[in-house]
Amino acid sequence: MQNDWPALSELAAAVKNGSSSAVALTRKALERIERQQPIYNATILTLSESALKRAEAIDKAIAEGQDPGVLAGVPFIAKDNFLVKNSETRAASNILSGFIAPYQASAINALEQAGAICVAKANMDAFAHGASTENSDFGVTKNPFDTTRVPGGSSGGSAAAVALGLAPFALGTDTGGSIRQPAAFCGVVGLKPTYGLVSRSGVIAMGSSLDCIGPITSSVEDAALVLEVMSGRDDLDSTTIESDPQGYANLKAPQLSKVRVAVIDEYLEQGLDQEVKDSLLKLIDKLKAAGAQVSHVSLPSTKLALACYYIITPAEVSSNLSRYDGIRYGYSDPSAKDLEQSYLNSRGKGFGKEAKRRIIIGTFVLSSGYYDAYYKKAMTVRTKLINEFDAAFKDYDYLIGPVAPTTAFKIGEKAKDPLQMYLADVMTVAANLAGIPAISLPNGFDTNGLPIGVQLMAARRNDRSLLGMAKVIEEVNNRA
Amino acid sequence: MSAKYRPTIGIECHVQLRTKTKLFSGAGNDARTAKPNTLINHIDFGLPGALPVFNREAMHLAIRAALALGVEPQLFSTFDRKHYFYPDLPMGYQITQYDQPVILGGKVEYILNGELKTVAITRAHLEADAGKSSHPSAKAYSLVDLNRAGTPLLEIVSEPQMHSAAEARAYAKELYLLMCYAGVTDGDLYHGNMRFDVNVSLSENDQLGVRSETKNLNSFRAVEKAVAYEIKRQSDLLDRGQSVVQETRGWNEAKQKTLSQRSKENADDYRYMPDPDLPPLEIDPAFIKKVRSEMPNLPSFWRNELSSLGLSLSQSEILLEAGIDFTNANYMDLLLDFKHSGLNTKMLVNWLVNVDIPLVRTDSSLINANRRELYKEVIGLVEAGKLSSTNTKELIAAALKSSEAAKDLANYASRAGLLQQSDSSELEAIIQEVLASNEAAVKDVAAGQDKAIGFLIGQVMAKTSGRANPEVARQIVKRLIKQD
Repeated sequence: MQNDWPALSELAAAVKNGSSSAVALTRKALERIERQQPIYNATILTLSESALKRAEAIDKAIAEGQDPGVLAGVPFIAKDNFLVKNSETRAASNILSGFIAPYQASAINALEQAGAICVAKANMDAFAHGASTENSDFGVTKNPFDTTRVPGGSSGGSAAAVALGLAPFALGTDTGGSIRQPAAFCGVVGLKPTYGLVSRSGVIAMGSSLDCIGPITSSVEDAALVLEVMSGRDDLDSTTIESDPQGYANLKAPQLSKVRVAVIDEYLEQGLDQEVKDSLLKLIDKLKAAGAQVSHVSLPSTKLALACYYIITPAEVSSNLSRYDGIRYGYSDPSAKDLEQSYLNSRGKGFGKEAKRRIIIGTFVLSSGYYDAYYKKAMTVRTKLINEFDAAFKDYDYLIGPVAPTTAFKIGEKAKDPLQMYLADVMTVAANLAGIPAISLPNGFDTNGLPIGVQLMAARRNDRSLLGMAKVIEEVNNRA
Repeated sequence: MSAKYRPTIGIECHVQLRTKTKLFSGAGNDARTAKPNTLINHIDFGLPGALPVFNREAMHLAIRAALALGVEPQLFSTFDRKHYFYPDLPMGYQITQYDQPVILGGKVEYILNGELKTVAITRAHLEADAGKSSHPSAKAYSLVDLNRAGTPLLEIVSEPQMHSAAEARAYAKELYLLMCYAGVTDGDLYHGNMRFDVNVSLSENDQLGVRSETKNLNSFRAVEKAVAYEIKRQSDLLDRGQSVVQETRGWNEAKQKTLSQRSKENADDYRYMPDPDLPPLEIDPAFIKKVRSEMPNLPSFWRNELSSLGLSLSQSEILLEAGIDFTNANYMDLLLDFKHSGLNTKMLVNWLVNVDIPLVRTDSSLINANRRELYKEVIGLVEAGKLSSTNTKELIAAALKSSEAAKDLANYASRAGLLQQSDSSELEAIIQEVLASNEAAVKDVAAGQDKAIGFLIGQVMAKTSGRANPEVARQIVKRLIKQD
């Protein structure tokens, strides 16, 4: 099994000109999904029937001379926290077992309107809490490069799916690195756009002020095309913003001699694996050789970012998970004798350990008497961090750094130590707190043959510019 | 009650805004006649992934409320989440404005016993209502109706500046009039469009005492009674050397008393936090200007108008409460015309309040009657003794509904059997028949028992199917029976 899909634009062109068909592509994806399942467990639900039905409709429309859109007949896999109408949506948590989505995510709507076909739901850490998919109630997903290792998380199923070539692209969500880190662990491209650029409507919330939706793809070009389709203002999400008037798909590489790049000093210190560091330094040398100016910048507040993140996120998580009470949908304990027991049992049995841990932390930091000491202070640090990023982007076009301190770790290695697990997010959370776009790109392999990623960030709303530079890095790496 | 304690009262009022749709969803907002759980969409049901979208009309009404309270709305306000678990709160939190509300300051002025009183407003904030739970008796389940979940409310919080039950009632009524006249709410008290929470404390010196909060009162009368009860209850406690507990209480209408619901020790920690799904509410000063230019006339305007007509204060208040500007019928001109023609404005006010205004409010099929002609004819018939007060109302209603009735009022009244028999000779014949067949009663009357006259008139009314003028009948009866 390998990731051998052509570019999304080529796939759609082939479907439209009849050299391929939506049904053929969908069958290929469905067959691969079925084959990997016992080995990798990248998906937890296959949408064979609805996908084939849509594929047939798209082929018929093309035969009748219609244009189904820029992603005509292209299959994709959505992380299980996206609501896909009339299918079970659980965010990989038992508390949502049996929940059939009565509406669907705006992002899925946008992709369907462009002709794409959702073929499966990807595995994930339940409610997107985690960095390894080990918190899934459906078992861990295995890393495509080494089945004894995790694929990263929380969008581990999506990243593994793309690396395995189950579908040409997948959707993930990124609250503190959940697209970028698994993309790095699986050797694929993962884009976290500017906060608000893609509608969150119909996506199960984790930390609402940080949640971003983005594509996981094989190339920067594919990521740009998917972003173009999904992005923009949505009446159903008041926090959305307009997309770039120039679009994203027509990538424009910046002139390297005019590009100012800076490495974030703090990211080179915090327990960074030597091989990961070397791969970053090697890339910097290549960029310099190509004419780019690369300097160093210090963002002191990034050292506090993780602590700040693990206050703000649990606070929002504890609030967002309140609705799962066993009363209207999802798991409800049938043995409960009264209301309080029903709450306690349904939530007690339905939620996994990590969700409960975050609910407890979040409830604590929002409690009267502790709010000022924790939540309010974390919000102050967040503002400070945003100011530091804003200042840095006055001097530099892009910031560059590692995605994670290490490559993919062993299954079980950190599962018993939540603090160790949280440290996997140390280099990714700052972008979420600041709301800036960031992308994870493949940047070589370590001596174990595991992929290493590199992270590129830009100022808010500069997603187009970010993708242009990402394309340059991709080319620089491909040349070597 | 002992006079040594000074009561202090503050009132929080939830005003239901008259928007078409809910505060954060496109579902309908008028749940009065809807079947349970029919006015809900994704957000009202608390579905995963559903996000709130602010209804701009609520902002418009909040601006009106601010202007009615005599204050500019805040240009920048924010939304927060208030957390608690209950089956009628689908998301596990209520969206409200905790930190930065849309209204800060303002005042309500009212006249009580001829004295102008002012109560300052602390703040008013927008929030979404919860659904409704019901607990059928002797059933092993409870029911939840989410139609009301997400209904827009404006919670108006007063400063603790009232000192008697009468003041509390007057404030509640004036706030109600302000919000109705400003078009902020439909003001349907029966359906809970305005609900009052009263905070009552007693003090012996300058320092405020411990307060109780009696929640969810939905009439001015209940506000007055609950405050009076609390003042008595608390002063009894203090007189006995006991202390008042800070707690939430409810008004029990059947028992006419407040009952403890929960004490402060068990109070919830609501874990307020900014709602990340909703950007701050920013109001454009130009929009406030526009709303100001479109503001309807407030009660103070109508009070001046009515008083310049020479109506008494109580007549004015009755008209105001009924809603003088709720209609396109020009009541002010009508009243003015009556006054200039030397006609009885008190009667007219009575008909407007009891027949005309309620009809205009509830019946959309009324004809465009010429009220000036109509009421002049009616008052002619009344003064000629041809209409009983019940039949007058019936006739006015008929004339407002059908052009046939309005065209020829006297004829219509006659055909519909609404006219009274005031013709003495015709009536006297009937009365003589009645007297002949009720000898015992006649004897009683002759012996001076006036109660028996009532009985005899009742017989006359029965015989004439209610068409006899009872006053004329009484005179005839008295003339025919010589009292000792």
